[in-house]
Amino acid sequence: MMKGSAALTLFLSILLVTFAMTGYAMASNDATSAPAVAASPVATSAPAAAATSNVPWWVWPLSLFVVTFLMGIVAVLGGVGGGVLFVPIISGFFPFHLDFVRGAGLLVALSGALAAGPGLLKKGMADLRLSMPVALIASSCAIVGAMVGLALPTKIVQTSLGAAILGIVAIMLTAKKSTYPDVKQADALSTALRINGIYYEASSGQEVDWKIHRTPQGLATFIIIGFMAGMFGLGAGWANVPVLNLLMGAPLKVAVATSKFLLSITDTSAAWIYMNRGAVLPIMVVPSIIGIMLGSLVGVKILAKTKPAAVRYIVIVILLFAGMKALLKGLGI
Amino acid sequence: MNKKIRATEEQLAYAKILELGMQFGLLMLIITFTLYLTGLLSPYVPVRDLPKYWSMPVHKYLAATHIHPGWDWLHMLSRGDFINFLSIAFLAGLSIVCYLRVIPIFLRKKDFIYVAFAITEVLILVLAASGILKAGGD
Repeated sequence: MMKGSAALTLFLSILLVTFAMTGYAMASNDATSAPAVAASPVATSAPAAAATSNVPWWVWPLSLFVVTFLMGIVAVLGGVGGGVLFVPIISGFFPFHLDFVRGAGLLVALSGALAAGPGLLKKGMADLRLSMPVALIASSCAIVGAMVGLALPTKIVQTSLGAAILGIVAIMLTAKKSTYPDVKQADALSTALRINGIYYEASSGQEVDWKIHRTPQGLATFIIIGFMAGMFGLGAGWANVPVLNLLMGAPLKVAVATSKFLLSITDTSAAWIYMNRGAVLPIMVVPSIIGIMLGSLVGVKILAKTKPAAVRYIVIVILLFAGMKALLKGLGI
Repeated sequence: MNKKIRATEEQLAYAKILELGMQFGLLMLIITFTLYLTGLLSPYVPVRDLPKYWSMPVHKYLAATHIHPGWDWLHMLSRGDFINFLSIAFLAGLSIVCYLRVIPIFLRKKDFIYVAFAITEVLILVLAASGILKAGGD
């Protein structure tokens, strides 16, 4: 396992060096062999366009890589997914249009989930039987959310994003966690679907039996969660975990792991809508995916040694700031 | 050690496909992006021109660059920017393959509710991937 992650780190580092060298080479060489497309670019009213006019193109993807790398570290230490940080921060402080940021945000969250999913499934931490009915609802609604998000005017989406992020901050500040929720009796639906399990708790060396309750209410909540994930490209770990843990009664570790795995299905459906609409730019997506993955690897190593509680509050402050920025940008203030 | 693992057969099968697919997809992503960045495959939209486009709403970007959305990128795989979509589509399509893998296991176990869940999920993801569902607007 260590060998694999070391090899991955090395491989990604080589790519980073290639990336930096290419940027340097392109910056110092005017000639480009690429064909021209439109003779003149469409005029844009976006203020960011003017702001970036004097900045070499490679500065932005390189900055994106650095910021997502840091984001990956902070996300792991703060116990949040990368997606929820990515969209408000990148849309607030980078020149990219919100359409492309949301498309990239979904792919960033998707990649993280794809990378973590196999390990979580094999260990029995993420539960497939719990995930499948939830994913069915969340992924359908994520498609609708993505279509609505792409159809609405940017200002409305930006304002709603700001409000949503501030709502997430409120959830993060107030929602409690329960390591082993008290589920006296499984409800009829979860019993019929046989949603229960046993996982090995390494810290105590015990096997933990679990079951869930309030399944219909929990499933209904994923209509909203899926819709928001698709509309804002946020991922949905911030909502999945409280619903699975506090409402449905899954143990915290099962809720966190299942939530992470769920994103690989929920975000896939919405990501396809963005991709088919043309709202995916490789120059944004790939540095972001690599940056956040490398950052997560470093974050996991730091986490193994220490877990600074303050980081979670730093994440909340960052989100608060990014949410306010998105709200003000959407309102044109 | 195995006694401590409580993952079901279908869960392990799903995990195996996901793991292999993720590793392959990530490798593809790195290779195709390197082809793009180094200029070994020339891009359709020159990287130097990208700042003119990436702050536009997607519909304006498509109009300005004459790019057709949907699966048209398949005809442009010789371009450095579009070849990246091969890796991205592979990663985005991975869950469909994983679901297809577990359907026979659920069938063998006569777990028909989960067969129905899996088939419906595959149909939803294929529908999303197909490009039939159009999203437009400003």
